[in-house]
Formats: sequence, C-alpha cells, structure tokens
Amino acid sequence: MYKYDQYDQSIVDARVAEFRDQVERRLAGEITEDQFKPLRLQNGLYLQLHAYMLRVAIPYGTLNSKQMKMLAHIARKYDRDYGHFTTRQNIQYNWIQLDQTPDLLEELASVEMHAIQTSGNCIRNISSDQYAGAAADEVADPRPWAELLRQWSTFHPEFAHLPRKFKFAVIASEEDRAAMRLHDIGIQLVHNDAGELGARFFVGGGMGRTPMIGPMVRDFVPADDLVSYAEACLRVYNRYGRRDNKYKARIKILVHELGKDEYTRQVEEEFKHIKTLNLDPPKAELERITTFFQDPDYDLSASDDLDLSDPDFAVWVNQNVKAHKQTGYAIANISLKPIGGIPGDASSAQIDVMADLAKDYSFDELRVTHAQNIVLPHVKKSDLYALWQKLDEAELATPNLDLISDMIACPGLDYCSLANARSIPVAQKIATRFADVGKQKELGELKLKISGCINACGHHHAGHIGILGVDRKGVENYQLSLGGSGAEDVSLAKITGPGFDEDGIVDAVEKATNVYLEQREGDERFVDTYRRVGMAPFKEALYD
Amino acid sequence: MKLLTGNDLKSGLVTWWTGEDWSINIEDAVDVGEQGEAILTAEEAARRVNSPYIIDGDEISGTPRPAHIKDRVRALGPTVRSDLTLKPNDASAIDKVV
Amino acid sequence: MTDIFSLRDDTPVSELPVSIEEFLGGNATAVRIEVGEDTRQLLPYLDRIALVEVSFPAFTDGRGYSAARILREAGYNAELRAQGDVLLDQIRYMHRCGFDSFAPEKPLKADQVDAVLKRFDAVYQSSMDGQNPVWNLRHGG
Repeated sequence: MYKYDQYDQSIVDARVAEFRDQVERRLAGEITEDQFKPLRLQNGLYLQLHAYMLRVAIPYGTLNSKQMKMLAHIARKYDRDYGHFTTRQNIQYNWIQLDQTPDLLEELASVEMHAIQTSGNCIRNISSDQYAGAAADEVADPRPWAELLRQWSTFHPEFAHLPRKFKFAVIASEEDRAAMRLHDIGIQLVHNDAGELGARFFVGGGMGRTPMIGPMVRDFVPADDLVSYAEACLRVYNRYGRRDNKYKARIKILVHELGKDEYTRQVEEEFKHIKTLNLDPPKAELERITTFFQDPDYDLSASDDLDLSDPDFAVWVNQNVKAHKQTGYAIANISLKPIGGIPGDASSAQIDVMADLAKDYSFDELRVTHAQNIVLPHVKKSDLYALWQKLDEAELATPNLDLISDMIACPGLDYCSLANARSIPVAQKIATRFADVGKQKELGELKLKISGCINACGHHHAGHIGILGVDRKGVENYQLSLGGSGAEDVSLAKITGPGFDEDGIVDAVEKATNVYLEQREGDERFVDTYRRVGMAPFKEALYD
Repeated sequence: MKLLTGNDLKSGLVTWWTGEDWSINIEDAVDVGEQGEAILTAEEAARRVNSPYIIDGDEISGTPRPAHIKDRVRALGPTVRSDLTLKPNDASAIDKVV
Repeated sequence: MTDIFSLRDDTPVSELPVSIEEFLGGNATAVRIEVGEDTRQLLPYLDRIALVEVSFPAFTDGRGYSAARILREAGYNAELRAQGDVLLDQIRYMHRCGFDSFAPEKPLKADQVDAVLKRFDAVYQSSMDGQNPVWNLRHGG
C-alpha cells in the first residue's frame, strides 16, 4: 500500500489547517454560504437532507486496518455509529457538525486520510478495480497509476473550478469491475506491441440524466506522457465545457457535441503543446510509487485445497470468494447487503471487525468496491473457514455477491436533498422478496441498481435491472429499465414503460425475472436473455 | 400555512422557525404568513440558520405538516432508521411521513 | 476603480485595458479577456502587451485559470491581473496559474493573502509559479 512521505503528509496537514481557517471565517461571518459552499464541497462536506454529510476519500478503494479502524472511530465519536460506503469507493457520514469537522480531519490525517476533492467541480477520488494486485487477469496493478493521478489532481490549480465534477477510473484488465467506461475519463492499462505498459484513454462516459459510454480517444498513452495527456484532456474541457447549464456541463456533453474526433483533435493539439512544458513527473516517480504495491509476503507453500463440508460455508465460498493470482490464496468479498438491510451501510462495530479480519487474514489490506461491498484481497485458503465464521458472527457473511439482492442503491430521499424518491425501502423490499438464496442463485448474476433521482448515483442506467425513483405529483413512483451493464459488456438500460408505485415495482421486478426464467437458453444470464429476446416479452408480462 | 425551515449553521441539524427562535421539533413551528422572506433574510444574515427556505404546510391535529414528502422526511429523520429519527419510540411516525 | 493588489515588483499598469477586438485592431498595450474568449489570439502580440486582465465574473468560473496558464506557457511575463469575483480562497490557485496582480471587487487583506500563499509548502504539480513539485524534490530534482 502507498505510504505518505513528508510531502504528502505536509499537504494533507496544510489542508486541515486551511479548512479550519475557512470554517472559522464562515462561523464568524467573514464569508457567505455561497462563498463557503465550494470550499466545503471540495473538502467533502455537503449540507444534506438532515445535517452536514462528510465524504471521506478512500483512494482507489484501498485502505489498511488502521485506517479502517479510524473510520469506525469517526463514526462513533463524530457521527451516529455507522458509515455508508459509496459507489465511488468512499465512505460518508450523515450527521457531522461543521464546527467539529476540522478536528475530525486532523484525526483522519493522522492515518494518512482526508476528504480532499470528494465533492465539488473538481477532479474527484480516482477509483479502480477492487481486485487490483490480486486478480490473475490484470496486466499490471493499476493502483500506482491511480496514485500518480491522485497526486497530480490534488489541488491542481488550473482544474479546481471545472464546469462540473470530474471522475477518473483506472483498471488493468479486460474484465471491467469498476464501470470504467461510465467515467469522465476511463483508463485501461495495456501493453503495446513493444511490451511497454501504457494507458488507453476513454473520455466522456457518465451516468446522470444523459448517460453516455465513453469513446476511446487514444489507444496508448505511454507512462511518460500520462500527466501531460490528462492535462490536455482537462484543459480542453475547462475551456470549452458548457457553463451555461449545469445539466449539460459534464465532459460527456462536450465530447458528444464536438464529436469524438474533433474533441480528440483538440486534445492532441493541446497535448503537443503541453508536452513541450516538461510537466510530467520523472520516470523514477512512477517507479517509486510502484514499489509500494508489491505483492505481500505470500506463503508459497500454501495449499489450494479447501474443505467445503460445511454446507453454509460452501454456499458462501461459492458465491463470495473469487480466484486469486497466487496459488493457495483467494479474494474474499464481504457483502454489505444483508437481506432487508441498507445497502452499503456498516456499523462502527462491523467496520472494526472487518479491520481486525484484514489484519489477521489479508496482509492488513481492505478494498471498497463500487458495488458498495468490502473485499479482503489476499486470504489464505486455509484461513477462509475461520474468516467466514467470524464474518457470520458479525452478520457480514451474506452469500449474495452479484446476485439480485447485492444491489447498488443510492441513499435516496431518506438522506439526500436531491432525491425525488426513496431508494432504500425499495431495495429492502426487493431483497426480502428474493430472500431465499436458492431462488437468487437460480437467477444467477443479476445486477440491480436503484437511483432515487435522475442524477443516477445508484447507477440505474448500468443495471441489468435498473430502477429510477421519480416524483409524480408529490408521490414516489419508480421506473423500471432493463439491459444495462457497467462491466466490459457496457450498455445503457432501456426503460420498460410507465412507472410503478413502491409495491408495484417489487412485483414488476419479480415479473421480469420470471420472463427470464421462462425464456433463458443454456447458461444465459438475465442480461444475455434480455439482449437476445428484446424488450417485447418483458413489456407484455409487465403491462398486460 | 407557510413554514420556515433550514439547518443550524454549526450542527447542521434541521430546524424550524418558532416565531422567535429555531427548534429541531416541527411541533414548535409557526405559520409565518407573508413574513417568511423578511425573517429568512435577517436570520441568515445573523447566522442563526443556514440555507433557509419557505415551504407550504397544513396543520393536522395541531401539528404543522409540510406539504412535500421531502420536508416531512427532514422533520422526522430517515424512514429506514427509526432509531435515528426524532421519534424513535413512535411506530406510526414513519407511516405519517409517507 | 478598485484597488489593485499586486505581487509584482513594478507598479501596476494604470492604462485601462481594452477588449481583444479593439486590441487586435489598434495599438493598446493593455487588454482584457472575457470568459469564453480564446486567449491564444493574443499570442502573436505578447511583446507589446504590458497588462492582460482576465475577467472572473464568478469565482466558480474557472476558465480564467486556463487563460492565465496559456499566456505564461507562451512566455508572457508582464502583468497578469485577475479581475472580478476574486476571493481570498482562490488566490493561491490563481497565483499558481500565473496571476501576479488582482483587482477584486471587495478588497483583500494583505496579511491574509500572505498567509494563504504560504500555507502549502509542497505542491504536486508543475505550474506557472515556479514552485518545484514534490515529484522532482523526491528524486533530487
């Protein structure tokens, strides 16, 4: 894992001091709320439905047990004893007091954490593959590149007031576990013909009210050009992105309006100029960062055997444990989607348990996933049974990874001031309807995603089944869509027709799954069947 | 009726205008009639409230009830965590929001 | 006219800046860039410019930062002034992009500006203020 040096620490410490000063000036009336708002947002502090909400950055979703423990401590001391893990691999707290925020940030800084640029119209936390460094299919660990971009984007003076927020994702495998193509800039690490590692750039993806799949603008950016190329992409956007309408201000609209080719031409021209300025870090810097992401000290004699005689354990292994690149090891997914629970929420006690388990069983490392789950990336197979038992005790062993009850759901109208409808009660009702694991397994991989408003924080456009909550004359109403994907088979879901009320949407989801069960061929997933048979049979079942 | 609501500047908690001060309990809220804008401007300038706004409401058995569900959720707390609402022991409170 | 807050050694240019259009058709030495205008139009004339004033109609409109950098990257080294909704908390970003004078709508306090410019002693990027980024410092650069 990356470790701060004196420079990283001094930058984070200086930001704490700066924010303390900004809060004091706000409380003293020296700056207005309009002036303060972008300052607090760029430090992750929102004014939400019930109170201030603080979003803490978890760069590329990676953290150690000490940091995880700190997150539990923050929840206990400054909040209401729980946290919410987000689709951007961050954590947020719903009841933070403004005047206590500087002290909280100081505690975070003591474990090399911060809330810098987790909101606002700037470059946000860089997200990545939750299996980075553990997956057999990656060409390299994407996190050194993500860390380099984290540093480059932190307090970037030219890009602190962009037309709109800006999200990067970096992956390094063909399988896309990070919804890379649905980011403002998606980067896939690849090798070129000469065997050198470089970055494939996709620009202009995103969800929100106008979902777009990011087109590729460059198939290979060498490591030495990474920063210059990113600067060029951002500069064209900063200069020409729309600022007249916040709903058209994301880079996807610029790329769409200019056309991919014209946007690319402008970027390449800007890049040619920027490259002359010598802005890129020395080669040694990426090498230095990469040394922090070496393989842990695996037991090379660890056995690949696994005793699955306990049937409940076998169910969990079968669903939540994934192959590791190292013989004798496995990737363990901890579902934060208990049946009837709140997707992504974890109590302080559970956060502590996960921290302890990471220390005992996963070389002190945890990951947060964009699907709002936690991963222990490097677990010895012979430890899996003990791990599972401890997870089970803490109610963290729900065996539902990638099944219908493993939903992404935004906080919705229960917490969010932008929401039009509640998301969580719908998620709870659907999970309860499909509570039986056998029933869920029969449906196989089924990604259900729920947003409580058009901003699409719940990724409904990318759901095999997507649900969008809307406000219909003051009453919550839910639109169903089908056929989306945020993975390597990326696609945008299509709406089925008129919406449903809260109970109606649960029935509609069940009807859609019944159509799938009737129509599927071979080992097709829900989304495969939908793509083959189209919308018609689903519409018929839903509306006739 | 017209109600005035916002958040406490320091704590961020949802507050309601009581006629002379701000309360976290909507039961204390008063109808501000046509005075909303004036109160809001003065109170915001004095930093006794953050981001206040005026909403429509009705009076139901002596208690103000916001017209929109969003402000009813604000008045109570998250409907999915009754333990964190202002009425953790009132099972019917959440039903009244929806 | 508002007070000019300058970080330069010379006296702020007092000539009233003209629009790009007027500048291109005349002999003015002070020019003003509005948001959305292409700063690169000025690049052939940098030798005769004593002041470029960049407009910030709202502090949240960040186009002026790119305008400043484009000028500095092209070698412009005379006065570069940020005018408009110029606030204490953005001064550091402006300075890093190459601004060295400020015409804020509300006056800035010198001691506060001094404090914000000194707050961060390390930076991650190369920019136009000459500060050596940490990725050079880490490798003896």
